[in-house]
Amino acid sequence: MFAYYLDLALRSLKRNKVLTALMVLALALGIGASMTTLTLLRLLSGNPLPEKSSQLFYVQLDPYPKDHPFSRSDKLPWLLTYVDAMNLLHAHRAPRQAAVAMSRMKLTPTTTQKRPFFSDGVMTTADFFGMFEAPFQYGGGWSAADDETRAKVVVIAEALNNRLFGGANSVGRMLRINDQDFRIIGVLRHWSPQPHFYSLYLGGRNYGDGDAVFVPLTSARAAALDPINEFSYGDGNREVLETAPVIWLGFWAQLPDKSAASAYASFLTAYAQQQVELGRFQRPRSSLSTLMHWLDSQHVVPDNVRMQTGLAFSFLLICIVNTVGLLLAKCLRRSKEIGVRRALGASRPAIFAQFMVEAGLIGIAGGAFGLLFAEFGLWCIRRQPAEYASLAHLNLSMFACTFAVALIASLIAGILPAWRACVITPAPQLKSA
Amino acid sequence: MDIRPILFTLRKHKLTCCLLVLQIAFTCAIVCNTIFLIGQRLDRIHIPSGIAERELVYVELSNIGGRTDGMARAAQDMAALRQIPGVTVVTLPNEMPFDNGSNNMDVRTDPNQRVATLDATQYFGENLVKTFGVQLVEGRDLLPEEYVDLTDVFTMLANKQYDKLPHSTLITRDMAERLWPGQDPLGKQFYVGPGMPFTVVGVMANLIRPGRDRMSNGAGYSSVWPVRLTLEQGDGYILRCAPEDRDRVLKAALEKLRANDPNRIVTAKGTMEEHRHEFFQNDRAMAGILVGVCIALLVVTALGIVGLASFWVAQRNRSIGVRRALGATRGNILRYFQTENFLLTSMGIGLGMVLAYGINLFLIVHYELPRMPALYFPVGALILWTIGQVAVLGPALRAAAVPPVVATRSV
Repeated sequence: MFAYYLDLALRSLKRNKVLTALMVLALALGIGASMTTLTLLRLLSGNPLPEKSSQLFYVQLDPYPKDHPFSRSDKLPWLLTYVDAMNLLHAHRAPRQAAVAMSRMKLTPTTTQKRPFFSDGVMTTADFFGMFEAPFQYGGGWSAADDETRAKVVVIAEALNNRLFGGANSVGRMLRINDQDFRIIGVLRHWSPQPHFYSLYLGGRNYGDGDAVFVPLTSARAAALDPINEFSYGDGNREVLETAPVIWLGFWAQLPDKSAASAYASFLTAYAQQQVELGRFQRPRSSLSTLMHWLDSQHVVPDNVRMQTGLAFSFLLICIVNTVGLLLAKCLRRSKEIGVRRALGASRPAIFAQFMVEAGLIGIAGGAFGLLFAEFGLWCIRRQPAEYASLAHLNLSMFACTFAVALIASLIAGILPAWRACVITPAPQLKSA
Repeated sequence: MDIRPILFTLRKHKLTCCLLVLQIAFTCAIVCNTIFLIGQRLDRIHIPSGIAERELVYVELSNIGGRTDGMARAAQDMAALRQIPGVTVVTLPNEMPFDNGSNNMDVRTDPNQRVATLDATQYFGENLVKTFGVQLVEGRDLLPEEYVDLTDVFTMLANKQYDKLPHSTLITRDMAERLWPGQDPLGKQFYVGPGMPFTVVGVMANLIRPGRDRMSNGAGYSSVWPVRLTLEQGDGYILRCAPEDRDRVLKAALEKLRANDPNRIVTAKGTMEEHRHEFFQNDRAMAGILVGVCIALLVVTALGIVGLASFWVAQRNRSIGVRRALGATRGNILRYFQTENFLLTSMGIGLGMVLAYGINLFLIVHYELPRMPALYFPVGALILWTIGQVAVLGPALRAAAVPPVVATRSV
């Protein structure tokens, strides 16, 4: 039966080539636009560490004075002060914890006569690599003891290793950072989680290439490296960041299960309360959010992208309405044909199925062309001046999704015309002929 | 033209008509809002800056390793830069217009005020007003003897010696108007931080503030302070010269700076025009996308109208023939279809306006956009009426070409 409907549908579509082309084109444009933006949205709102994200938590505290303008927003400050970060770190209440800040670092190659250049660097503590599962090509990270002794060690990324040492094992070689020598102890394999969750509010990029240099926080500060972002909230000396009323560190904790998380949360509450009693805080507020919740709440996905997605789906909606109208007009013109088929014994479900097959066919054709439009759309996005531009590629699941969306859209568009077709009473149609 | 017979016919095609009206309504709603969004982007891209954009070049340098003679080195650099032929004046500011980062303060007109009146940016740097080419409309520029070093400012703040701080400042007219509406701002005082008073000695016509996120708070809320910086504290050197000299001056400046200290890295350089162009790159790309979507939408809707109208013409072939045989002219038939389309489009536009308003409300809540001015509604309506008439013309002409003899043929 299906083959017969397919045959009927093909004949019907062929009879009116221009109209068929119009329907397919309109649907394809709608599908193309929606799939382009949906691909981008999914990419940008993706999970940077799918296996581990549920175990990673972001810590926030509130050292701000009550009357500070920011406090009126009722949000918690995004970052921690050095004092709080170190207090939490040394309390050892989680299996792994890390404080993170970003810095623009001046690197001077010691091997060649190349000029110094700037690179994005991360200042962090020992657990960073293990906690975020950064893979090592050579060597490894540093230890908590290195943090304490301000050891002049550095971990570099694969791209930088290729640039400076031609990809050879550079462990043990030296790298000049801000005119101080650091010993390379590890080389990372390519690592750039998207979004760049750990650099949020720290002044790094949210998407794109990974960072090049990782230095122990204390050693970096000893070498006079400054964070890119610092938010000051009070009076006092801002020159020494370690004691200044300035927030500049992101803080992460790895907590293996729910009970560990709730234990850590109550530890934070107690800590904030204790700081209020000490007079350092004015309000005992704290927060512990999972990685994905943190990314969501901070609207990492640019507004532009969300707006484009909304726009593209409204466009698809209009394309569907357009297809419904055209299919309906077409089916009403075929009232006589339907009358004859009904008189010859075709049931209402049979007529309905016949028209749905026709709509589905348009959907599949629309999906195929829509894929071309989506590829074109993504190509356009790759040429945009955004930091996420290079990520815009169609993957297999989105490829399948395109056809699913197209088929569903066309079937929705087909329901009304098919229903109208199957309720046609055969007798009057036959009479006038 | 009598529209009753048209309405009567349309009633027989209720469902198809509803769909067409719905499609036009959605299109109208989205096109109105999209044009509004495009307008917003264009407004932002063309925002006036108040500075001599075409006469400025900048060099940002990084100079790392805590040297203690920062002030002397900055003075030496600027002296060298001023000697470049064609350079009229040089400054070392803490921030530049069209930067993404910015330095800001809360401003109060009364030290005991709980909520600040506004937040404004703070520009520091010697000769900044002259270099930027900012126009002073009242009062005077900052005097050389008023300037202090930023390092000393930090020390004074840390020791709470607020009275030693420089007291003069320049503000923009926008900011003055917001702080003291309708009054003469010269000599007035405002308060920053823990109630430190500062006196307005001059008013600038306009000076744009840096920072994309800050612009929505008032793009013209800027102040200029008599504070000198070292290169580490500053953003980079800005040189003013004639527009045609910019390339040569930039090249000469790079050479001079390299000669003064070969160990520094140039992190950014270019003309202010390029800097502005880069700053608005994302807005331009987004405006492009929105224009594309708008056109695609209108094309799809036009194609839908063409398709439906063609069907109706084919369906009514016979009745058109009858009308022609009974004496209707080609013009009558043409106008019939045009009027029919006009009626349908008008209904769609009516519904579309309501939807457009709804979408605008949604955008206001979720994207912090301003309310859409009423002007955009008639613009959207006009576009759809035009599209409708253009789309229906082809099928209508075909209908008008139906010969009266059709009436006598049996189908």
